Amino acid sequence: MHITRRNFFRFMGAAGASVAVRPPSVHAWQSQAPPDPFGCLVDLTRCVGCRKCEEACAKVNDLPEPERVNCQCTIFEKDRRPDDTSYTVINRYYTGTVDVFDKPVPTYAKVQCMHCQDPACVSACIVGALTKDDTGAVHYDVSKCIGCRYCMVACPFEIPAYEYYDPITPRVMKCTFCQERISKKGGLPGCAGICPTEALTFGRRQTLLGVARKRLKENPGSYIQHIYGEKEVGGTSWMYLSSVPFEEVNLPLLPDTPSPKLSETIQHSLFSYLWSPVLLFGVLGACMARFNRGNDQKQNNADKGGA
Amino acid sequence: MEHKAGPMNRPLWTPGVLVMLVFMFAGALAIIARFTGGIGYVTNLTNARPWGIWVGIDVATGVALAAGGFTTAALAHIFGRHYYEPVTRPALLTAVLGYTFVVLGLLVDIGRSWAIWKPMFHWNLNSVLFEVAMCVMIYLTVLYIEFVPIVAEQFKGRVNLPGLLSKLNNLVDKVLQVADRILGKVMWIFIILGVVLSCMHQSSLGSLMLVAPTKLHPLWYTPLLPLLFLTSAIAVGYPMVVFETTLATASFRLNSEMHILAPLTRITIYLLGIYMLLKLGDMLVRGTWVYLLDGTYQTNAFIVEVLFGVMLPWAMLLCKTIRHSSKGLFTAAALVVGGVVMNRINVFIVGYRSPLSENGYFPAPSEILVTLGLIAALMFIYRVVVTYLPVLQESKEVS
Ligand code: SF4
Ligand code: SF4
Ligand code: SF4
Repeated sequence: MHITRRNFFRFMGAAGASVAVRPPSVHAWQSQAPPDPFGCLVDLTRCVGCRKCEEACAKVNDLPEPERVNCQCTIFEKDRRPDDTSYTVINRYYTGTVDVFDKPVPTYAKVQCMHCQDPACVSACIVGALTKDDTGAVHYDVSKCIGCRYCMVACPFEIPAYEYYDPITPRVMKCTFCQERISKKGGLPGCAGICPTEALTFGRRQTLLGVARKRLKENPGSYIQHIYGEKEVGGTSWMYLSSVPFEEVNLPLLPDTPSPKLSETIQHSLFSYLWSPVLLFGVLGACMARFNRGNDQKQNNADKGGA
Repeated sequence: MEHKAGPMNRPLWTPGVLVMLVFMFAGALAIIARFTGGIGYVTNLTNARPWGIWVGIDVATGVALAAGGFTTAALAHIFGRHYYEPVTRPALLTAVLGYTFVVLGLLVDIGRSWAIWKPMFHWNLNSVLFEVAMCVMIYLTVLYIEFVPIVAEQFKGRVNLPGLLSKLNNLVDKVLQVADRILGKVMWIFIILGVVLSCMHQSSLGSLMLVAPTKLHPLWYTPLLPLLFLTSAIAVGYPMVVFETTLATASFRLNSEMHILAPLTRITIYLLGIYMLLKLGDMLVRGTWVYLLDGTYQTNAFIVEVLFGVMLPWAMLLCKTIRHSSKGLFTAAALVVGGVVMNRINVFIVGYRSPLSENGYFPAPSEILVTLGLIAALMFIYRVVVTYLPVLQESKEVS
C-alpha cells in the first residue's frame, strides 16, 4: 500500500471538510402521511356478502371477472386473499354468534389494500415505485418496479400480490384505491360506489372517523368499541367497524407504531450525509498509516497484487 | 519472499469437477424454466411468502460467507499483520466470486431481471434494500479492481492470445502494465473502501427485516439485527478462510496452512465472542427466552443455531489442542460457518411469519436446483481460477 502520509492527509482533509460542511443532522422520525387524505369506512355489521364490490372492482380496474361472480354461498367455503387477478375479496366468518333461532350468524369481511398512512411498502420499495399521494392512495408505478418483492415482505396486511407466472414483465398487483376516479371531484371507488347496503362509506378520513365514532356511540351494543385502522400501524385510510373481534375476521392485531419507523430511524441516523462511512474510512485510513509506517519499502513487492 | 502464490498447474477435469458440471447443467435447465414459465413455475413462492431460498441462501448467505474478503484485507493490509497475507488472495477470490454469484442469484430472483439497473436512477433513501443494492454494486466493482493485480502478475510480459487476437498482445500487455502500476499507487483507497462498504451492507442486510416488525419471529426480530449481522459477518470471515483453505489444500494436496490458520482463529475467539454476547444479551434483555421451550420448529431452529453454530465452536476454539489440530480446527470453523448460514436462513425463511395465510414454505426441487447449480458454478470457477492464476500458495513439495 503506497499510503504516503501526504496522500493520506490530503484525502482525509477532503473527507473531513465534507463532513464539516454538512453536519449529520439526525432528525427524529416524522410521519410522511398526507394532511387530509381520503378514506373508506367498512362497517362489517352492514355487509351482506353480495360480492358486488368484487365485481365492480374488477370492472373499473380491467381485471378478469371474479371467480363464480354470482355465487354467494359455496365460494365462501375457502378463505380467499386478494391475488394477481383480484384486488379485493369478501370472506365469510362464523365467529360463534347466533341469532334468535340459534342459527349461526355469518360476518362478511372485505379485504383490500389498507392504504396505510405510513405504508411499509412505500418505505421498503427499492426504487420508489410505490408512493402515497395526497388523495391517500398508495400508488404503484410499474415502470420503475424491478420485481424484488420487498414491498410484499414489508406489508403487515399481506396485501401486494405478484404475477408469479409472468417470466419477464410480472407486476405487483394491489388495490389502487381507484386513484384516478377519486382524484376527480365527486369520484367514488368502484367498490364503494356500488355497495347496496352502505357497508362501504367513502370520504375524507377525518370525516369518516367522526362517522365511525358516532355509530359506536349511538349503538354501543352492536359494535366492538374500536375503530380498526384509526391507530393500527400509525393509521390506515381504510378503516373497519365490527361486532366481532377483529382478529377473528382476519384483521391482524398490530402495534400503533408505523412499521417503517424503526428501520428509517436507524438508516437515517447511520447514513445521513454518509457521516458514518466517511468516519470509518478516516479511522481505517489512520490505522493503515499507523500500522504500515516504515513498512512501505519492505512491503512494496509483497503488496503488489496482494490486495 | 517466503510465501509465493502460484498457479496450481494441475489437471482441471477431475471427477469432482464433473459432478459440479452435472449440477451446473441441472441448474441451467431450471433457470431456463424460470425465464420461460415465470418464478411461480419453478418455485414454491406465494403472495404470503415472497422471499425463499434464492434470497435467503443465494443472496443473504452468499454475502455473509464472502466476508473473508474484507476481514482478511483489514487484518493484513490495514492493521499491518502481514503474516496473514498468504490467505488474503484466496479470500479475495472467494469474495469476488461470492458477490458475482449474489448478483447472478438476484437476476434470477427478481421478477424483472432486465430492470436491475433501475435503482441507480430511481433512489429511495428510506429503503434499506436500496442501500444494500448500492453498496453491493460498488463493492463488486472494488473487488474486481482489487483482483486486477493478480491477473497482471500472471500475464504481464507474456500475454499470448490465440489466433487473430494475437495482434492485440502488445496492447493488452501494455494495459495490464499501466493498470498494475496505477493500481499499485491507489490500491489503499480501494482496500479501505472495500472494508467500509462491507460494514455498511453487511449490517444493512440485517436491517432488511426491520420494516416488518410483525412478520419476523421475536427470537430474531430486534433493533440490534444490523449489529448482529455485522458482528456475525466479521466473526465468520476467518472461519470461512479456514474452511475453504483446508478444503483447497486437501483437494490439491498442498501443504496445510496450519501455521497461519491456527493463530487466525485465535482472533475469532474474540470476534465470535462479541457476536455471542450480543446475541445472548439481546435475548435476555428483550426477554425472548420465554419462547425457548415452546417446542415450535422456529424455536428449535434458533436453539440449534445458537448452540451448535455459536456456542459449541466458540468453546472448541478456546481449547488450544483443538486449534492446533487440523481436524479440530476445521470442525470448529465449519460449525461457525454453518451457524451463520443457519442464522441467515432463519432470519429470512424459518423465522418469517405470514400474518394471515398458512405459513408453510419448503423450496421446490427446481428452486433448490437453481441454488445448487449456482454454488456448483461458483466452485467450478474457483477451481479454474486457482488452476491458472497465482492465488493459492505454491507447495514446496508435492506428496
Ligand atoms: S396495506 Fe400493505 S400494500 Fe397497502 S399501503 Fe399498507 S403496507 Fe402498502
Ligand atoms: S417489487 Fe417493485 S414495487 Fe415492490 S418493492 Fe420491489 S421494486 Fe418496489
Ligand atoms: S378501491 Fe378500487 S381498487 Fe380498491 S377494492 Fe375498491 S374498487 Fe377495487
